[in-house]
Amino acid sequence: MLLLTCPCCGVTAEETEFAPGGEAHLKRFGPGSSDADYESYMFNRKNPRGVHFERWRHAYGCGKWFLAARCTMTLEVFGTYPAQTVEPPAEIVAAIKAKRPEWEGFA
Amino acid sequence: MSHRLKTGGRLIDRSRDVKFTFNGKHMKGFAGETLAASLLANGQTLLGRSFKYHRPRGIVASGAEEPNALVGLGKGDRYEPNQRVTTTEVFDGLTCETQNHWPSLDFDLLAVNSLVPQFLTAGFYYKTFLRPRAFWKHVYEPVIRKSAGLGKAPSPDARDPDSYEQIYAFCDVLIIGGGIAGLQAALSAAETGARVALWEQTAHWGGRAPVDGVTIDGQDADAWVAATIAKLEAMDNVHLRLRCMGAGVHDHGYVLGYERVSDHAPGTDAPRHRLWRMRAGQIVTATGAIERPLSFAGNDLPGVMLASAVRDYVVNYAVSPGQSVVVVTNNDDAYRTAIALRQAGVGVPAVVDARAEANGPLVAEARAAGITVLTGKGIRKVKGGKKVTGVEICRIDSKGTAFTEVFDCDAVAMSGGWSPVVHLWSHCGGKLVWDDTHHFFRPDASRPPLGADGAGFVRACGSADGEMGAVLMGAHEAGLAAAKATGASGTPPAPATDQVPDMAPMDAVWMMPRNAEYDLRMKMWLDYQNDVKVSDVQLAAREGYQSVEHTKRYTTLGMATDQGKLSNINGLAILSDALGQPIPATGTTTFRPPYTPISIGAIAGGATGPVFQPLRRTPLYDWHAENGADWEPVGQWRRPYTYIRAGEDRHKAVNREVTNARTNIGLLDASTLGKILVSGPDAGRFMDMLYTNMMSTLKPGKCRYGLMCNENGFLMDDGVVARLSDDAFLVHTTSGGADHVHGWMEDWLQCEWWDWKVHTVNLTEQFAQIAVVGPKARQLLERLGGMDVSRDALKFMEWSEGRLGGFDARVFRISFSGELSFEIAVPASQGRAFWDRLLAEGADLGVMPYGTEALHILRAEKGFIMIGDETDGTVIPQDLNLNWAISKKKDDFLGKRGMEREAMVHPDRWKLVGLETLDGSVLPHGALAVTGGKTANKQAETEGRVTSTYYSPTLKRGIAMGLVRHGPNRMGEVLEFAGPNDARIKARIVDPVLYDKEGAKQDV
Repeated sequence: MLLLTCPCCGVTAEETEFAPGGEAHLKRFGPGSSDADYESYMFNRKNPRGVHFERWRHAYGCGKWFLAARCTMTLEVFGTYPAQTVEPPAEIVAAIKAKRPEWEGFA
Repeated sequence: MSHRLKTGGRLIDRSRDVKFTFNGKHMKGFAGETLAASLLANGQTLLGRSFKYHRPRGIVASGAEEPNALVGLGKGDRYEPNQRVTTTEVFDGLTCETQNHWPSLDFDLLAVNSLVPQFLTAGFYYKTFLRPRAFWKHVYEPVIRKSAGLGKAPSPDARDPDSYEQIYAFCDVLIIGGGIAGLQAALSAAETGARVALWEQTAHWGGRAPVDGVTIDGQDADAWVAATIAKLEAMDNVHLRLRCMGAGVHDHGYVLGYERVSDHAPGTDAPRHRLWRMRAGQIVTATGAIERPLSFAGNDLPGVMLASAVRDYVVNYAVSPGQSVVVVTNNDDAYRTAIALRQAGVGVPAVVDARAEANGPLVAEARAAGITVLTGKGIRKVKGGKKVTGVEICRIDSKGTAFTEVFDCDAVAMSGGWSPVVHLWSHCGGKLVWDDTHHFFRPDASRPPLGADGAGFVRACGSADGEMGAVLMGAHEAGLAAAKATGASGTPPAPATDQVPDMAPMDAVWMMPRNAEYDLRMKMWLDYQNDVKVSDVQLAAREGYQSVEHTKRYTTLGMATDQGKLSNINGLAILSDALGQPIPATGTTTFRPPYTPISIGAIAGGATGPVFQPLRRTPLYDWHAENGADWEPVGQWRRPYTYIRAGEDRHKAVNREVTNARTNIGLLDASTLGKILVSGPDAGRFMDMLYTNMMSTLKPGKCRYGLMCNENGFLMDDGVVARLSDDAFLVHTTSGGADHVHGWMEDWLQCEWWDWKVHTVNLTEQFAQIAVVGPKARQLLERLGGMDVSRDALKFMEWSEGRLGGFDARVFRISFSGELSFEIAVPASQGRAFWDRLLAEGADLGVMPYGTEALHILRAEKGFIMIGDETDGTVIPQDLNLNWAISKKKDDFLGKRGMEREAMVHPDRWKLVGLETLDGSVLPHGALAVTGGKTANKQAETEGRVTSTYYSPTLKRGIAMGLVRHGPNRMGEVLEFAGPNDARIKARIVDPVLYDKEGAKQDV
């Protein structure tokens, strides 16, 4: 059971207080998009062994969605940050680089 | 024969007799001992039959690792199978029975399996039951089912009368294991000021050290243990628990502890078990080590036991497993057993030592006591049938074709070395390293389980860490380091010093003798509980199994209820040898929680019966309960399915309610309906994205039915939207969908359109909502007075707000029944009074509440769809002929792109139609329309299915809706639906709207 800190209300709580929401930083493809773009938006997900960005909602707390950078292998949490962004903020990227120098970066 | 010794027994109270029964036989033990000790004291060495071969089996161990001695404990409602006698404390009135034999323990007919063991080798089931195929269903499966399973499940009528509880707890440092290492780690951590919890799975502190004669600062270990417990108990920051097993270490320091609160003292009002849900900053495992058996022929006979267990029984409980015990070993530690036996006056014909030389201090002590020590030898085989009668000895490096010596004895104490209990270290990803000196896996301190911050959060100490000598200094360091890692800063005093004798190196002996022939190997048990032998693992290797995980599953090694606590390392060693590779190259199987099985009761805790899950009640719940409500669960709500009156069954009650709503007035408690307020300057824009139809053009005061789809285009929810003002909408969702839809809105607003100015609130529970339905509905509301609800003032699909009969009301002129209908929302606190008022005012108009089933029938007669009936997550609005509700003007809405996909616009999609059986009967729910043809898979080809089906009291026959291929183009065609027992039911495709197609009745 993971421990996560909600960046909105600041509470650190265990997994049962949160609801997972899958991969973060997906770009929505709506009407007019190509089949390939739509397919990738709807169905294709990363499944890395290592650094991963995820959506979580503080469902039994403040109700806010936020994003977490986490290692899927060791379960280390590099940081959590507000959902209102299209890519990981610089301080999160720096925190990951410090722990995982070999990480290829967010793409 | 096993027996009670005249003196001794550090844990028993000879002044307190305990009476119990074993297979109906009355026996006596002493307070303070385990059931295993009591049984041995009564001379009961045969305790069960093995799983496959039904071989006679007895006690092997003295703790949680016991594979054989499982019994059915208790009676009736308190019966529990597969309880280990070694971890069951004996108490007055205990009853137990042996398992897995027929007809009796002493005479078991299925032991015939043992005569042909070559038929039950590794992979027996896979190999044997493949052919002929037809035999599987009627011959093989019934036979396997009959013989499968260990123990008997409790009766299905049994109800557990005991209570269980769970506790959330927090600490800085959790120490698991209350031996001397765990005690020292706890003391050192506590002395820094950290909050410390210490758990011990048995009923006693101190672990093995007092049994093994360890001295601490010159005193015997018991004295140090007592003094240390006294110190710990006096500290406010320390929490001690006996009979509490660390069951599992989970992510980020979450630990489950299984406390057996009153198993040993039934009849109190204490819960039986307690599950600790501990969040620990740091964890120290001091879980000790488990002795390994040796693999020699006949090592499973009752009377062959672990050397350490023999020592435990003698020292702790004054019980000897025999009159004459041969000790067989590959290490110095087992000499402690020989010495303890000799001191207790038990005969020790010889210590058989596999090593070429034996000359450590313990060996010297044994020799000085006059015990014969044979070196370079091993047991060729154990003699005996249901009990040990002797052993044949041979040279350790031989094939074992002939014996060199024979000893008469009635018990054998074996020691193949020790394995640290690394389970808790490993549960959460801690890695192991192979130790070439002690021949075991121990925790690799450089690769611990990692916490949220990426740092290790588990440390091992004592023999759990592979430390086989003095442990207190290491335990002190582990406790201190753990405390420091949580931020504690105090400095504990130096630890005590434990003195242990030097030990000469052990020899790895994985098979005895080392070059044993096949007929010996097929009698060498690795996994006692699952009957896996050396020859089985070797066969698996020959058949190409290389991965230890595959071999485990193929041979079932380590898959029994003991999870291979005794067998894993021995099995790995045999596999590695067969594969010609070192043991670390083979690796271990995965250690998974719980450490030993925990009760389902503890997992459920208090969440049983009425508090199994929270119940949501509408403001009218009590009225329903008092008036014959036949409850139906709807999500976490309870709604009346119907209200049953005297002399009625469900069916009659439902029909009465439907007919009354169509002729007089029906009242429906619609409070569970989702009510979400969407407001803000961008609310209209947002509503247009949520719904397939246009909502931004809706005028204040008006209502509109709308559809919500997910991004796949699949229908997710539906309901009526009311525009409250220019910048506010009230969204009605389905009863089950309110929370999900609200979450869905928030997701889009927070994560995609976060710059849109929209606010949402889920108001579902703030209002009681009552549908007043039927031709006389308006008449009733007019009697209440206060609002103009005339046809012209409040038109169909409009809403208005005001005081209705003195209540704060919002009246929606909408209909889900096809009748003249008003849905009236009042504040939840006024709900019951409003409902009572409607009933009173409308009594002479024939007002009558109706339940959810009548609601369904009313809507089905009108051809209205229901989310969850007509939809199943793969249905798009177009399938339900709802194209009119899909805006063509909007550039975008959720699901629009999904609906454009090839499969969604395919002409062969099944579409909504009405169905009418030719004989008037009610179609079975979910029935499939069959074409009579076959698919490529030779299954019946289908062309449709029933989605809703009811008896219509209005039309006096069965009515249904369904999805049918090209359905709307096939009006009048007759389909065949598959019913039970291969019945074929004919039904005609008709318009789904079967009642008042023009809508004249709802718009009056």
